[in-house]
Amino acid sequence: MLLEVRNIDVFYGSIRALKDVSFTVEKGEIVSIIGANGAGKSTTLRAISGILRASSGSIIYDGHDITHTPPHLIARMGISQVPEGRGIFGNLTVQENLDVALSSVKDKKTAGPNQDKVFSLFPRLKERRRQISGTLSGGEQQMLAVGRGLMQNNPFMLLDEPSMGLSPVLVEEIFGIIVEINRLGKTILLVEQNAFKALSIAHRGYVLETGSLVLSGAAAELRNNPDVKKAYLGG
Amino acid sequence: MGQFLQQLINGIQIGSIYALIALGYTMVYGIVRLINFAHADIFMFGAYMGFFLAPVMTKIFGGAFIPTIIAAMLITGLLGFVMEKLAYRPLRYKSRLSALITALGVSIFLENFCALPFVFGPAYRAFPDLIVAGNLPISASLGLTIPYVLLLDVGVSVFLMVLLFWFVNKTLIGKQMRAVAFDKPTASLMGINIDVVISTAFIVGPALAGAGGILYGTTYGMLGSPFLGIWPGLKAFIAAVLGGIGNIPGAVLGAYVMGISEAFATSVNSNLGYGIAFVILIGILLIRPSGLLGKFMPEKV
Ligand SMILES: Nc1ncnc2c1ncn2[C@@H]1O[C@H](COP(=O)(O)OP(=O)(O)OP(=O)(O)O)[C@@H](O)[C@H]1O
Ligand SMILES: [Mg+2]
Repeated sequence: MLLEVRNIDVFYGSIRALKDVSFTVEKGEIVSIIGANGAGKSTTLRAISGILRASSGSIIYDGHDITHTPPHLIARMGISQVPEGRGIFGNLTVQENLDVALSSVKDKKTAGPNQDKVFSLFPRLKERRRQISGTLSGGEQQMLAVGRGLMQNNPFMLLDEPSMGLSPVLVEEIFGIIVEINRLGKTILLVEQNAFKALSIAHRGYVLETGSLVLSGAAAELRNNPDVKKAYLGG
Repeated sequence: MGQFLQQLINGIQIGSIYALIALGYTMVYGIVRLINFAHADIFMFGAYMGFFLAPVMTKIFGGAFIPTIIAAMLITGLLGFVMEKLAYRPLRYKSRLSALITALGVSIFLENFCALPFVFGPAYRAFPDLIVAGNLPISASLGLTIPYVLLLDVGVSVFLMVLLFWFVNKTLIGKQMRAVAFDKPTASLMGINIDVVISTAFIVGPALAGAGGILYGTTYGMLGSPFLGIWPGLKAFIAAVLGGIGNIPGAVLGAYVMGISEAFATSVNSNLGYGIAFVILIGILLIRPSGLLGKFMPEKV
């Protein structure tokens, strides 16, 4: 088991955003968490990456308890999060955004080849490497956010709505890229509004409803589940 | 014309010292959104370090200026580091107002502590000569007075500013600083240790202020009292706001605008120099509320 989340609760002040959430991710999988707006999907990812704290329960990554580990150390232990709404550093250039991602990388020698890989997946980023990233288009910013996550070259990636705000063509492209990086050996935990898409590339899935996991199973199974269909797949 | 040029270069001289101080205000503000009032006193501390260290350095190295300024920068850098750790870090996630009040408290403490007789003492002190006195030989023929110390002030400041620009724009830690200034949670996802970045800002900013203190002592030849940081500190702070607080080139621009206007105002009436800072501030903020180079950015919390 690469990741094991055990009975976590997460609060925002007095608002309980996650209630007793447990799930696992195996090495090499794409696991998707689907759910409505406000269900707690982003909260789940933030708790794993350490920018939010679980008030009870525990999170085990690769045999280590990371429940109380600070986020920069979690990033160095092998987990990358591509945050919701892109979260790029708008005051830095494209290149500088990629450079800064190397903060979690011990062996800086791998940076060159890794950057070549990112640029081959997103040639657009290479063309625009000197541009201030705040002036990129929405789609380009999304590519940068994913590219920046890939620069960290971590074995486990948390993707929070990577397709948000992208044109249909780009959505196809980004899902293609997710499958591709999974094939290259990365494990992926994917959070998506676009439940149909997510379940069509995932191996397994979980359904989150107002802070609790209500369903889980093989992605194909969930896709055919009548309740899921009704609630998240538009009939 | 000669008079005009003279005021201009005088303004550039004083602006250079303001710039070194203003940079610390703006760097710290950019990263932790705190106006470190005690920054003015770090500048004062640097000046006093020059006073105490120069004789020692002269004994050891023969020449005094370079070793003294380096030592003062190291010491003020350390002071900034300790200040952040002891006074500001415990309040990091508390209200911004409590941090601001703490900063005021640290400032008042430093001034009064240093004024104690067994520390620096409250009295006036003559600052040792770190460089040869005199004027640039050609300056009289131009109808100007260009003392060597003016060249020193401008030269050292510009050198340090270039060094800072390189540091902030080209090194990994510099890029990390800008990333942290923009969005802390995301920066930590990148593997950036926020504490290290904040400490760095609290070392680099104060070190520059310490250099400013040495230049101040060398320029005026005296240290009035441990309260000497208040006015230059206030003007440098205004310069940082003028340029757009949080913006590094803005702080430099603001400092030169401030220094030059002050030089011209003082040449008209010596009391005008003090008020002009506020007049310019209000004037510019009316037209550009976020400062000369500042941008309104959605603030992430
Ligand atoms: N910073 C915050 N302060 C208070 N409440 C918050 C905060 N962030 C999220 N919440 C609340 O926690 C709940 C879960 O939010 P979360 O962002 O995890 O939802 P989500 O499933 O990612 O939704 P979306 O699909 O819209 O991104 C919501 O009710 C939200 O209002
Ligand atoms: Mg979300």
